[in-house]
Amino acid sequence: MDKVMDLQIWQMAAAYIFIIILLFIVRLRGIAREKEILISSVRMTLQLILTGYVLMYLFDNSNPFLTILMIAVMEVFAVYNIFKRVNVNLSQKLKKIIAISMVVGTTASLLYFIFVVINLSPWYNPRYFIPIAGMLIGNSMTGISLGVNRLVDGMTTQKHLIESSLMLGATPKVASKEIVDNAFDSAILPTINSMVGMGIVFLPGMMTGQILSGTSPVTAIGYQIAIMLGILGSVALTVILFVQLGYKTFFNEQQQLI
Amino acid sequence: MFRFEDIKYKEILDIKQLTIPLHQITCIVGESGSGKTTLLRLLNKMISATEGEIYYHNTPLSSMDSIALRREIVMLPQTPVIFTGTVKDNLLIGLKFSEKTLQNDEKLIEILKMIDLNKPLEESIENLSGGEKQRLALGRVVLMEPEVFLLDEPSSALDEDTEKVVIEQFVHFSKQHNKTLIMVTHSKAIAQAYSDYQVEIKNGQVVSQKGE
Repeated sequence: MDKVMDLQIWQMAAAYIFIIILLFIVRLRGIAREKEILISSVRMTLQLILTGYVLMYLFDNSNPFLTILMIAVMEVFAVYNIFKRVNVNLSQKLKKIIAISMVVGTTASLLYFIFVVINLSPWYNPRYFIPIAGMLIGNSMTGISLGVNRLVDGMTTQKHLIESSLMLGATPKVASKEIVDNAFDSAILPTINSMVGMGIVFLPGMMTGQILSGTSPVTAIGYQIAIMLGILGSVALTVILFVQLGYKTFFNEQQQLI
Repeated sequence: MFRFEDIKYKEILDIKQLTIPLHQITCIVGESGSGKTTLLRLLNKMISATEGEIYYHNTPLSSMDSIALRREIVMLPQTPVIFTGTVKDNLLIGLKFSEKTLQNDEKLIEILKMIDLNKPLEESIENLSGGEKQRLALGRVVLMEPEVFLLDEPSSALDEDTEKVVIEQFVHFSKQHNKTLIMVTHSKAIAQAYSDYQVEIKNGQVVSQKGE
């Protein structure tokens, strides 16, 4: 088997030069996105360096509390990110539902994965626990953001449809079914689409990373399949929880649209 | 009957006393913006009064289950929603929402006649004009056979001749089946011709209520 290549400093530098060339092209074409490209590259670099050191510390000091703390930090960051990312006004009630769905959905999927699928020992082994949690939480975060946008948007623009259904004796659940289903679809479709193209159109990041760092493709694929199923499950569970609880926040106890 | 006691709804309605009889045809008249639609929406708890209480069969509305109430007191809004699908789908949707079923299609044909809609049941909704859609929505609520019909300007999209036929049929149906019909209308002619009872609203207040 080939020896694993560690990237040298000059090789890393070359990767940045690639971005500098890109910046040059962007400027030449007059596309006003230089600032964003620069900021996101720097941010990504700093965040990953920091994460690298944090992970190294966690791996050396394997401890259940540290692992749990790390997951809690990720969840808080993810929920906060959803609030920031959606471009609609969120009620306090809906924010609460988003947080609950994220935490319950991802934790349930994570526990199933750790205890049943991988049967990790010790269960808190940060080398497995943290990257898997990251992938489940990250993908669920993206899914739920899409779902939130679509649900709030549907509930406001299709008020008339909901009211007309209520007037015909529909329950809030039935009256908002179409909107709820749409929100679920828009949240889950990107994950489904990425699964369909996987391996043919593109190689997923986790697998690529593993292969580049010397793991056999067969092992890498095994993990990738498992993690993709985990991601699908986690996104679906989080979004189902969100839409099922979320639509209710648009109605009061008299079953009236607020 | 419906009985209003010191009802206020935001800044829109302020009604000290009002009774609306059951098993009769009541027309609510008034200028646009006077609060007619708001009044109608209070009756089936699409909204709740900010102050005061409305009684239906001497029971306060606030203590009644909203969903059950809306199945008994069905409202047709001024611009009803037409769902994608066929004429039949749209007729049946009210029953579906209120968790009831229909034995056969005979009843549907009867209703099409009543609303003067000469279309096959399987006709796609896309081929219907605005007025036809409005009549279809009317047929949908008739099919639900509620105790009380709340109609908000039911004939606004109809031409005069169709309006007369449809409203006449509807009034006839209500009387025949001993139903309560409460209809918001801007048309003094309709109110004069068909109502047993008339309520006039101005600036959110009842200025007259009279039976004939």
